[in-house]
Amino acid sequence: MPDLGFEVLLKGKNMARLLGGLGTAMQISMISVAISIFLGIIVGILMAWKNPISRAVTRCYLEIVRIMPQMVLLFLVYFGSTRAFGWNLSGELSAVIVFSFWGTAEMGDLVRGALDSIPAHQYESAWALGLSSGQVYRYIVLPQTVRRLIPLAINLITRMIKTTSLVLMIGVVEVLKVSQQIIEANRMSSPNAAFGVYLVVFLLYFAACWPISLLAGYLEKRWR
Amino acid sequence: MPEEVLAIRHLKKNFGELTVLEDISFSVGEGEVIVIVGPSGCGKSTLLRCINGLEGIQGGEILLRGTPVPKKGKDLTKVRQKIGMVFQNYELFPHLNVLENILLAPMKVQKRTREDVKEEALAMLSRVGLESKAESFPRQLSGGQKQRVAIVRTLCMHPDILLFDEVTAALDPEMVREVLDVILGLAEDGKTMLIVTHEMQFARAVADRVIFLDNARICEEGTPELFFDKPKTERAREFLKTFSFQRKSRKRQEVS
Repeated sequence: MPDLGFEVLLKGKNMARLLGGLGTAMQISMISVAISIFLGIIVGILMAWKNPISRAVTRCYLEIVRIMPQMVLLFLVYFGSTRAFGWNLSGELSAVIVFSFWGTAEMGDLVRGALDSIPAHQYESAWALGLSSGQVYRYIVLPQTVRRLIPLAINLITRMIKTTSLVLMIGVVEVLKVSQQIIEANRMSSPNAAFGVYLVVFLLYFAACWPISLLAGYLEKRWR
Repeated sequence: MPEEVLAIRHLKKNFGELTVLEDISFSVGEGEVIVIVGPSGCGKSTLLRCINGLEGIQGGEILLRGTPVPKKGKDLTKVRQKIGMVFQNYELFPHLNVLENILLAPMKVQKRTREDVKEEALAMLSRVGLESKAESFPRQLSGGQKQRVAIVRTLCMHPDILLFDEVTAALDPEMVREVLDVILGLAEDGKTMLIVTHEMQFARAVADRVIFLDNARICEEGTPELFFDKPKTERAREFLKTFSFQRKSRKRQEVS
């Protein structure tokens, strides 16, 4: 069996550092996910409104986010804002801003899709029972929307977690950056470490996303 | 003369250029059962939808116990509690079980206590033969069962009038009966009802009065005996003919 350089991970605090890096990545993605879900629901409701102005504005927002690579957004917020406005945003904060901006748009579109999929008759039968529009949303539309959203939102969340690997480009020391550092530092002693370390990184990402997928599967079954 | 529950005066409704209802006037007395029949697309369902404000109207007025049904807003929400409607496709809430479906509106809209409504709901469910299904979800029920639950859900709001919009049209034939029996029972109880249906036998049995709609207008109105046995208008005769079947010739006769 070729030397895959696993022993590097056992040196010093390397494994702990790697886990710390994963922690940073998870922190950024979880904060962004929380913000995205909250704002995404509001944006999604605006998108589903029949109002042409709210439709146009949210449509533009969604298209911008879809067209712009996340990397460009990261550079724009991290480097651009410093030059243009003199703000000194930390890498982590920039990352949270960008991922929330992106996640909100994507989440909003998912919410809009789920809202649109609730048949008009559901609203009508609820109105016919005397429920006010607020109550119709709260008790009828939102619970059904959430159930339809779960699988789609989980997909988005795992994508957000995976995309946090980009933040190493703006100097945030997350799991991928740590692994690069470890590989660099051990270039001479274990030149094959790249494979082993990246394999572990792969497993770490898997370990982070797998439970979320399991949860989604469980909720889908329970709410079918 | 019983007290007037619902009065409709010169109601007019159009979808753009298309006139759906024109100069519709009639009233429903306390405990009266009125069946509305007519060919597809004559505006029967639209009429029911106008009554509880699911469709706007372009003229005339709709009065519930003497007060006009508001066009929208909080007042409409209030009046809708008094107008129960059962739909063709049941429209139970799929994420709630049978009991929660029934309890939702009385608890949230009328602010009644859970125990109070639950007791009533279970009593009504057992009356329609579904007490064992209280914890089931709509997807586990047959069409006829769903429709009976939908009727109970509407009844628990204690509406002044019940509107039935082709409630058996989406059901398999063998399930039609169980639903119609429930409605017949309600008629026996003296509930005020406005029923749109294509089941002529049932219409005849349940109705105190039949209204025949055609081409957006009330074409004929009368007791079921008169309407079904001696229709006055040619349109009504033609319409009723579509429900009776007759072979032009019999094979046996051909042989002989």
